[in-house]
Amino acid sequence: MDVKVTDNRDEVFSKSKEALTPEIVAFIEDCTQKQHPNSHLINVLHKVQGHFGYLGKEQLDAVAQLLQVPTAKVTGVATFYHFFRLEPRGRFVINICLGTACYVKGAERVCERLCDELGIHVGETTPDGMFSLEGTRCVGTCGLAPVVLVNDTVFGEVTPDQIPALIESHIKKAQAMEKESVV
Amino acid sequence: MNNTVLSRYEELAQHAHTQWQQSGRNDKIIIQVGSATCENAAGATEVWREFERNIQASGRDDIILHQVGCTGRCSREPIVGVLMPGRMPVKYQRVTRDSAHQIFSRHIQGGEPVAELTLDQTMPRLKRQVILCEARHCGTRGDEDIFTVFQDEINRAGLDPEENTLIHVGALGFCSIHRKMISTCVMVRPENTVYFVKDRKDVQEIIAQHLVEGQIVDRLRCQEDPISLRFFDLYGDAAFFNRQTRISLRNAGVINPESLYEYIHYNGFRALSLSLSNGDPDWLVERVLESKLRGRGGGGYPTGRKWKDAHRHANDQRYLICNADEGDPGAFMDRSMLESDPYSVIEGMIIGGYAIGATRGFFYVRAEYPLAIKRIEKALAECRKHGLLGQNILGSDFSMDLEVRLGAGAFVCGEETALIHSIEGERGQPRIRPPFPTESGLWGKPTVINNVETFANIAPLLLYGSDWFASVGTEFSGGTKVFALAGKIQHTGLVEVPMGTTLREVVYNIGGGIPGGKQLKAIQTGGPAGGVIPAEYLDMPIDFDTLGRLGSIMGSGGMIVLDEDDCMVDVAKFFMTFCQGESCGKCTPCREGTKRMLEILERITMGKGEMEDLDKLERLASLVKNTSLCGLGRAAPNPILSTLRHFRDEYEAHVKEKRCPARKCKTLIHYEIDPAKCVGCTMCARNCPTNCISGGRKEVHVIDQVECIKCGRCFDVCRFDAVNRK
Repeated sequence: MDVKVTDNRDEVFSKSKEALTPEIVAFIEDCTQKQHPNSHLINVLHKVQGHFGYLGKEQLDAVAQLLQVPTAKVTGVATFYHFFRLEPRGRFVINICLGTACYVKGAERVCERLCDELGIHVGETTPDGMFSLEGTRCVGTCGLAPVVLVNDTVFGEVTPDQIPALIESHIKKAQAMEKESVV
Repeated sequence: MNNTVLSRYEELAQHAHTQWQQSGRNDKIIIQVGSATCENAAGATEVWREFERNIQASGRDDIILHQVGCTGRCSREPIVGVLMPGRMPVKYQRVTRDSAHQIFSRHIQGGEPVAELTLDQTMPRLKRQVILCEARHCGTRGDEDIFTVFQDEINRAGLDPEENTLIHVGALGFCSIHRKMISTCVMVRPENTVYFVKDRKDVQEIIAQHLVEGQIVDRLRCQEDPISLRFFDLYGDAAFFNRQTRISLRNAGVINPESLYEYIHYNGFRALSLSLSNGDPDWLVERVLESKLRGRGGGGYPTGRKWKDAHRHANDQRYLICNADEGDPGAFMDRSMLESDPYSVIEGMIIGGYAIGATRGFFYVRAEYPLAIKRIEKALAECRKHGLLGQNILGSDFSMDLEVRLGAGAFVCGEETALIHSIEGERGQPRIRPPFPTESGLWGKPTVINNVETFANIAPLLLYGSDWFASVGTEFSGGTKVFALAGKIQHTGLVEVPMGTTLREVVYNIGGGIPGGKQLKAIQTGGPAGGVIPAEYLDMPIDFDTLGRLGSIMGSGGMIVLDEDDCMVDVAKFFMTFCQGESCGKCTPCREGTKRMLEILERITMGKGEMEDLDKLERLASLVKNTSLCGLGRAAPNPILSTLRHFRDEYEAHVKEKRCPARKCKTLIHYEIDPAKCVGCTMCARNCPTNCISGGRKEVHVIDQVECIKCGRCFDVCRFDAVNRK
């Protein structure tokens, strides 16, 4: 009996490449040339998250195909590490440091105020997609505790009363950016 | 061939010195601006730009703007140093754009330091400063105290004591050179001359010649280049720094972390060239063993022994890993080292690689440290370009390359076997040991994993002698330890002190004590795997063994100071929440045990605990401690066990009296307004998020206890102390 073998590898590969950016694809191809290509999985996921802001299902599948690692393993790694996100996040990601120094200096109350003002819990995003609130592992600037990060900017010695102004300033920043892009 | 290595190195060193000379450093004004994550967060980039603008506008070409790392004086950042030729260096604290402009116009253009902006308000009038070392190796013949002798003689010479000051410092760290004779190290700034003083005659000579005439006394002068000379040159007058002994942080805040030549100028890679030209890896391992260097990541395993183990296992391929996955909340020395002096860690790694015969090495760095990653990458590229990495390092037959691998926020990856899995691209779960990584590690090959700080100690240990290094610490542990001092303390920052220094020295003499006149309650060391040390053990010398006896650990060196407002049950709960969240879930005791322990702690802090909960907690804690698979699980109960051991009364107050002695646990406190003190300013009512405070203007206010969410905002905003927390 004839067994019909369908080889759709090319199709899968080109679809996978479409799901990622050319730089990331080039990075993965570079990794596959090296010794122990699978060991670069975490670095690849960092690159993907750096570009897309999170790891979508499509991207995870694409990484699995291009790096020739089972999707189960890619998902396993992506879900194991706290740094990786599987959901899209707000325009401004507010990270509150959960380190000991910050905790001792009152990070909990800053966090409560943030939840209060934004109307969301830690790990959620505001309905307008503007802010996400997250807890982060110690960022190592314990001298400035308590610390809040908005995207990559560090704000030190934050008090609960500074929170409304902090949020307000970022809303204004977003509005200004939008105006600029319209012009 | 051995000569090739040395001559190649000398060539590099010569080039570095020439560059140094050409930059005109010796006769130009240098403005140093810090540039680490913490400095930048405090506004250092703004300050840098302001100086740039000012220099440009002034049109002067005799000013160098110099980027340095971070010195670890966190609470006063950004720090700016102004170095004028022949003058004492002046450091400014908490510099902003405005004060940067002031510093530029008044100090640099006008020549007069801006006294009110300086660090620790040290006197900018200072012309000369004499620094006396009080390390245990320093002493003099006879019974005269050298400090008093200096004081006498300065007075007798008729020098102005405000312009010529005399200070004591913890240790200058110059002992490596003079250890064979009895004398005291004395450093005179701003010339930064080091003298070895034996008696009154020497003192008289230094004062008459150096302080009065400005002539250096060659007879008493130390000819070598002591390890912390540059550091004390810059920071010797600041109280926070001069009680420290800087070995692994010797270059932090002194050199530009992105300049290979500056590192080489300060003897960088000299230890590597000596090791390679010596040609005997066993000799290296012996030196490290002799130095009594123990792993700085927390375990305290002798580094030399680890290297020896890996070297013993015959294999064609061995690996070396630098563990920079600094996951302990409250520890930031590794970040600071990588950002301020990446080359010293790289040098330590290449030497380590040579000692164990590894040709490939990895930096495993947290993804949360983007600046550190950038600086390492840059430093690695520079090293490759200059033949310090890659094929035939410095012309020897040794080849090695290093690469960066990123972590992704899993605390358990600090554990050796989990870290190895993570580098292999797997989930970072640990496995049973043995076989230890030194036998079968990364991809099944012998692997040595050392901490950042361990590697930073390797070069000085070889350069200044392993016996000197051993003599700095205690009997079983050589060298220094860097602590990240944070929490309820005046001066937060990085503190490097010899092993065996007391907690009191660190907390009070260096850290400046507790702010706000509060009482010290305890010191938490070792992060989530550590424990608390109550205030009564302040005079305990700190090293791996003493901390272990008190039920805590050294850990990577986080030191969080807790005062009377901190509830110990709450602290235990905080760490348990952390460990529970970080448990990888592989073994049952850790996965289930941490969850149950956390539930019990939550019950207690909610006022629903019973006395038998304490026994349950203790039983469960020792079970998890004894049966977990890896170090994370085995150490997770430590915060509970140590708080139960030292602060059982606080647990009992929560359980029996339903009371939180520190008034921290929310469910056990309530807020009340004292009618005698309330003036009816309405401040509290206006700030209350639930509008549960009633009372009109000039009336006594009342809190509705049912509606109150205990956020404490009324307590914070009341200016009349009328709100009580009970």
